Amino acid sequence: MNDQDQPLMQMTDIHIEGYSDERWHPIIKGVDLQLRRGQVLGIIGESGAGKSTLGLAAMGFARSGCRFTQGQVVFDGTDLLTLKESQRRKLWGTRIAYVAQSAAAAFNPAHRLIDQTIESATRSQLRPESESRQDAIELYESLHLPDPANIGERYPHQVSGGQLQRVMTAMAMSSRPDLIIFDEPTTALDVTTQVEVLAAMREIVDKYHTAAIYITHDLSVVAQMADEIKVLRYGEEVEQAETRSMLSSPKEKYTKSLWSVRSLEKPESRSNDIVLALKDIDAAYGKTQVLHGINIELPRGKTVAVVGESGSGKSTAARVVTGLLPQSQGTVMFNGDVLPPALKDRTPDQLRRIQMIYQMADTAMNPRQTVENIIARPLEFFHDMKGLEKEKRLLELLSMIELDESFLDRYPAELSGGQKQRICIARALAAEPDVIICDEVTSALDQIVQEGILKLLLRLQEEFGISYLFITHDIATVKAISDEIVVMYQGKVVEQGLKSQILSPPHPEYTELLLSSVPEMDPDWLTGLLASRDGRAGA
Amino acid sequence: MTDSTESPDGYSASAEVGAIRQRRSRAERSWLALKKAPLSAWFGMIVVAGYVFVALFAPWLAPYGEADIFITPFAPWDETHRFGTDQIGRDILTRLIYGARNTMGIALVTTLLSFIIGGGLGLVAAINRSWLDQFLSRAVDVLMAIPSLIFALVLLSIFKPSVVSLILIIAVLDSTRVFRLTRAVAINVAVMDYVEVARLRGEKLGWVMKNEILPNIMPPLVAEFGLRFSFVFLTIAALSFLGVGIQPPTADWGSMVRDNASLIQFAQYDLKAGITPLLPAAAIGLLTVAVNFVVDWFLHKTSGLRDEQ
Repeated sequence: MNDQDQPLMQMTDIHIEGYSDERWHPIIKGVDLQLRRGQVLGIIGESGAGKSTLGLAAMGFARSGCRFTQGQVVFDGTDLLTLKESQRRKLWGTRIAYVAQSAAAAFNPAHRLIDQTIESATRSQLRPESESRQDAIELYESLHLPDPANIGERYPHQVSGGQLQRVMTAMAMSSRPDLIIFDEPTTALDVTTQVEVLAAMREIVDKYHTAAIYITHDLSVVAQMADEIKVLRYGEEVEQAETRSMLSSPKEKYTKSLWSVRSLEKPESRSNDIVLALKDIDAAYGKTQVLHGINIELPRGKTVAVVGESGSGKSTAARVVTGLLPQSQGTVMFNGDVLPPALKDRTPDQLRRIQMIYQMADTAMNPRQTVENIIARPLEFFHDMKGLEKEKRLLELLSMIELDESFLDRYPAELSGGQKQRICIARALAAEPDVIICDEVTSALDQIVQEGILKLLLRLQEEFGISYLFITHDIATVKAISDEIVVMYQGKVVEQGLKSQILSPPHPEYTELLLSSVPEMDPDWLTGLLASRDGRAGA
Repeated sequence: MTDSTESPDGYSASAEVGAIRQRRSRAERSWLALKKAPLSAWFGMIVVAGYVFVALFAPWLAPYGEADIFITPFAPWDETHRFGTDQIGRDILTRLIYGARNTMGIALVTTLLSFIIGGGLGLVAAINRSWLDQFLSRAVDVLMAIPSLIFALVLLSIFKPSVVSLILIIAVLDSTRVFRLTRAVAINVAVMDYVEVARLRGEKLGWVMKNEILPNIMPPLVAEFGLRFSFVFLTIAALSFLGVGIQPPTADWGSMVRDNASLIQFAQYDLKAGITPLLPAAAIGLLTVAVNFVVDWFLHKTSGLRDEQ
């Protein structure tokens, strides 16, 4: 590379506005961005910070309903914004490529993977088709996909999510672009898969000396990938620095707060008063057996975290407890009594005592009901409250979740993600339950908001002695909230025990894999992990 | 719980910024939507409003009584009879005005009934998803397999053609389509977490239907209501034209077309006389087009297909 000093991408004073509610609102307010060849820039920030918009802006593209109002996007000497749409289109896919968050949604299910991989290279007549095919197979190989010679003949639904994400990277790479934009490429993946994908992406970007913009909200992931990190908030740059110095000594208050979020940790404690116990539970969807004789005990007033990758049966266990999926064998004991398997056989009192909070607060609230309707219904239904008594209790509940009465007449669409989840917590609290099942309640939220929700849950537990069955795949969340941990794998419980026991070695094999795959905020973590795994595989 | 990690920038839950959205009352929102409505929708709304006005105030607008008979049958257009008289000497204009009331009234009642039947069963099937869903869906398939106009003709000739049997038969036959639509859209809503929350609370089926599902499927149902209204209206006109629909002396556009159809042959002598049977037909056509314009706009608005800026 002879033009090291000449930046490949030079974005200056970018302003982008989005149209909603009859007006233009600023999304990006004057951000500069510079990228040299072979450099990887990480962009982090909360949702709504304008990360993705900025990433797309680097392609000279604004989503429909958005527009550039100011600024220049100079790519290799030409300002993309002055080009015609058709000229920009020629650059996309060939010199600038984009890897989206959800690979499953980005592939056409009706075509074979290899045809989609080489499409842009063939269409732009970069290389003849047969050469492209050979090249795609080489790319698959360098991305460590299994059976690289034949995997391209499969259809998107025939490979796993992690593999699909790597095929998408191969697709972006096939025309050897100068710049790749990764938009949260590993967010939808399990931690164990994420490691493989991250390693493959880093390797291939290195190998072809491609510049990359890596967008994510996960600090520990960006630490593995980027040479430099840019922090965005409310469409403005907070700070930018070289990865190591950014991690060790962030300058801005906001960045420091992002860094400190993950230090929340609850001291564990033990109790022998078991409120809920699953005994030898088998459960099946139709003929597919999902749970194989699992045993979980939840002590009163404590938190048991259920961890495992997707498909391990965590959520199915929750469905058995709630009665949505009656078990085929085994019993659920609740407050010392056998809980009837089917929902319709349970008494209103039993229903009241077990509440559930969902991952997606958006779909857990009826968009046509106000906050008041949503929280008031369990009060009327379970406690027969009316008039003043109900209103008083509503305000109490709102103050418990740190919101005020101005929220009563809002609709869910008018709330932020964290506020929505708080309303769902208030709805569960309104029933005055013994047990709350939390199904990945924080995984859709930004880190600062996550911390707020976790603190709230901890405080409520202290005040009301509620027990949580906390389903999650995020180990940092587990550390923050749990007393005990249950590790699940393929429908079986690998182990249950106090947090300190589970998190300290020696581990069973699967627990080890799960724990070691959780990214740490250390730029050398991935390198170290891969080296140690290779070492073990070689030994 | 350690408090050492208190967020440095004074995090507060209520200060989080939700979607930027200006609060507007229902009236303001409707007015905004109306302002952006295309010309065709405005045309449709004005025409429909005109029809409704005529139907409501028929006795005051019409020059004569609905069944008043005059001496000259097939009288030409003149001052006393604006559009002439029909085969037994009734004023055409009067019957056109009363026809709006009868045809539209009956079509409205029929459509409402078919929505109550089809919508209700569709909701139950969507939530229940058991043998009941199978049973209802297959029964609907069977009913839909038979051409509805012919089926209606058969049923109407078995039962005595009266307004009540007309309404019931068309409502039941038409409810099959409403059932399918309601079931399809309600299934999407029934799998949402908030419906699960209501079920976990132990709510009754009726409550879940009314409070959790119905409000979320209203837009497609309202659009379908407009469309079905047009079809019911056309079916009634067709049945009346065939002589098994609305019976005389009740004025109705379909039977008016049939009764005066022979006048078309006189178009070569008197153009106006030839046009006479086309007037009720035009009334039917215009209303159908107008309703469809409004429905199209409404569907476009609620389907989330935004106009590109």
